[in-house]
Amino acid sequence: MPKVTVDGQEIEVPNGATVLQACELAGKEIPRFCYHERLSIAGNCRMCLVEVKPGPPKPQASCALPATDGQEIRTDTDMVKTAREGVMEFLLINHPLDCPICDQGGECDLQDQSMMYGRGATRYEENKRAVTEKYMGPLIKTIMTRCIHCTRCVRFSEEIAGVDEIGAIYRGEDMQITTYLEQAASHELSANVIDLCPVGALTSRPYAFEARPWELKKTWSIDVSDAVGANIRLDSRGREVMRALPRINDAVNEEWLSDKGRYQVDGLSRRRLDKVYIRKDGKLVPAEWNEAFAAIAAANPKGSIAAVAGDLVDCETMFAAKALLGALGSDHLEGRQTGLDYDCSNLAAVNFNSTFEGIENADAILIVGSQVRWEAALVNVRLRKAAKRGAKIFVVGPQWDTTYPATFLGEDAAVLHDLPQAITEAFSKAERPAVIVGGGGLAKGALHPALAFAEQFNLVREGWNGFNVLHMAASRMGGLMLGYAQKGGIGNIAKAKPNVLISLGADELDYGAFADSLKVYIGHHGDAGAHAADIILPGASYAEKDGTYVNTEGRVQFAEKAVFAPGDAREDWTILRAMADALDVSVGFDSFAELQSAMIAAVPALGEEGLADFGQLPNADASIRASGAISYPIADFYMTNVVARASATMQRCSSELLHHDDLKEAAE
Amino acid sequence: MTIAQTIKSFTLWEFVKAHALTLKYFFKPKVTINYPYEKNPISPRFRGEHALRRYPNGEERCIACKLCEAVCPAQAITIESEPRDDGSRRTTRYDIDMTKCIYCGFCQEACPVDAVVEGPNFEYSTETREELLYDKAKLLANGDKWERAIAANLEADAPYR
Repeated sequence: MPKVTVDGQEIEVPNGATVLQACELAGKEIPRFCYHERLSIAGNCRMCLVEVKPGPPKPQASCALPATDGQEIRTDTDMVKTAREGVMEFLLINHPLDCPICDQGGECDLQDQSMMYGRGATRYEENKRAVTEKYMGPLIKTIMTRCIHCTRCVRFSEEIAGVDEIGAIYRGEDMQITTYLEQAASHELSANVIDLCPVGALTSRPYAFEARPWELKKTWSIDVSDAVGANIRLDSRGREVMRALPRINDAVNEEWLSDKGRYQVDGLSRRRLDKVYIRKDGKLVPAEWNEAFAAIAAANPKGSIAAVAGDLVDCETMFAAKALLGALGSDHLEGRQTGLDYDCSNLAAVNFNSTFEGIENADAILIVGSQVRWEAALVNVRLRKAAKRGAKIFVVGPQWDTTYPATFLGEDAAVLHDLPQAITEAFSKAERPAVIVGGGGLAKGALHPALAFAEQFNLVREGWNGFNVLHMAASRMGGLMLGYAQKGGIGNIAKAKPNVLISLGADELDYGAFADSLKVYIGHHGDAGAHAADIILPGASYAEKDGTYVNTEGRVQFAEKAVFAPGDAREDWTILRAMADALDVSVGFDSFAELQSAMIAAVPALGEEGLADFGQLPNADASIRASGAISYPIADFYMTNVVARASATMQRCSSELLHHDDLKEAAE
Repeated sequence: MTIAQTIKSFTLWEFVKAHALTLKYFFKPKVTINYPYEKNPISPRFRGEHALRRYPNGEERCIACKLCEAVCPAQAITIESEPRDDGSRRTTRYDIDMTKCIYCGFCQEACPVDAVVEGPNFEYSTETREELLYDKAKLLANGDKWERAIAANLEADAPYR
């Protein structure tokens, strides 16, 4: 561990650290544009200059200089300041002075650093360079004249996303960043380059000119577009969520966010349910809360009521519904709307046990029926990291465009019982082997064969658990922990023919199977569930209520309320609490705090943020065989939930990025 | 009572003195003006009623940077913006609550394009409170109405900025 001196302060830095990292450790802020912790080092902005002895008598770029023993680093000398001012002046030569109309204004690295290192006035009298706009798709707006050539976006696409789409053409001052053949950037992490861009060259197109950072209220929340549970920050103004940005959490999303999680938020203000509706003569007509509750009471729910949880609900809502059902003497709870029926007796068997951080270190990975890029884009980033570190990756299921080398073993799930030699070789040699079972695999009964696979290759060893199930719904793990899983799945509940079916935002459910039940939809968007419902009670979306979410690795996380729900809509638990009064039963809580403590008393793991412990993997049941051709449940990445389907941005992405060719054909 | 006082008392001296003073002011030039038919001159820096200006070609100056909204100590300004059809950054809403405004002039100091200004007009009292909630159309109309005076004031003050 080299020892260096930073401004007279001696510190020890880890091996392989750069001078910039050493300065950071010593608490000195180094200005930078091209350097980013999660990207490779480029060293082309020259803003991070420091004085280093021993070395040449000139300032050096600290980001690209390794820290070595005995270095004397100075960040506060006149030479350093003058040098940085010089670099800033060069950068500003071609950077337009259009901060007032720039969306980055107020959160711009160049703006901030020019306050420290900028001259008051320009000495440059020649014409500035101008660059033509480049088209980068419906999410990224480009004003390329502002580009300072840091190449962060290029490095992100190549290294993190694994899609070679963005590159640079020409040289020197004439260098231009563009997408390949000026096509839209179309992978599912494309919008992260907006956060990476230190200036306003790449900005958010849906958010263009909408708001300034200083007028937004920031709320810490959790993304519900998939089961990754990415940590996000919701920026809201008044009653509207203006944008979602990733928060840094190295264990979950690092600092990335999928395009869906980022841009579905405009769906929160469209197609909302903001009134109570009751179906009369086949038509939904606006009604009062009392009428709706009376209609539910009239349907005789005692002992004959079921609850189906949708993909976006929080644990508190599910617990409130469970308490209501318990008070009415029923335990018909289910969350797996599409009819999946896998064994949930041991939650360790349906959990992502390796953790996202851990899967990076796996050296042999078998993916059974998961289109990871669409089902959990941020997990795919981790898999790509693993592949870059030398992991061998095999996929059972139809071909999809992986961003790393992978071997496809065909679509038939039965391959798990008849493993090809390549797999047995790779897995018997591997030190940290892992299997990932996706929704497509679970549908074909691959859970127990995968457990058998885990036993065969000893996937659980000292300090390593390689058995993973990758869910797709944000509510799934929380639901399973709260008992939202029946033996026999949703079919079993349909067979029980409940008088009342409470749907907690369940939109993927086949309501035809519940033709005789009174269908009560508690949700926030007018989608499939609301169309089929007999009574609609307007609820709150994830941005409009506090709530606990559990991601697919069993990580309990808490989201805060950013805005108020529109119109008559209420937070879901209050609706269920009021319904309990109307049905004359007691659920045992009167406030959100009481509800939470009751929930934590029932499931203690939900009380602590962090990974829940599910214990040992169960033994595989060899009698269960996987068979049939696997198909992936997600047909359209941008249209997987009600919020995204209501979002104009997501619809544009879907039509332009995924169905572009179909549309062109239709036009011809 | 002294003799002097007695004489003053009998000659009605104070009465005469007062009338002399009155007569003196009667012939002096008047300090009051015949408002509203006459008005006092005002400084080019006078901070009166707000206006949104246009460029000579008719294009509105405001680019929705929201700096005036941010700097306003009374939070009297409300702005909403979105891209106009030609892609340029414009306001869809620019409201000033004149009942909140404290006429500090920070908004015109903050404006990078000299769009919002406090013009020379101070005669805009209204009968109802609602009329003092100015919207974008009203402010632009103010700008059109007062453009010559505003431009002259800005020019007169330019050497000192």
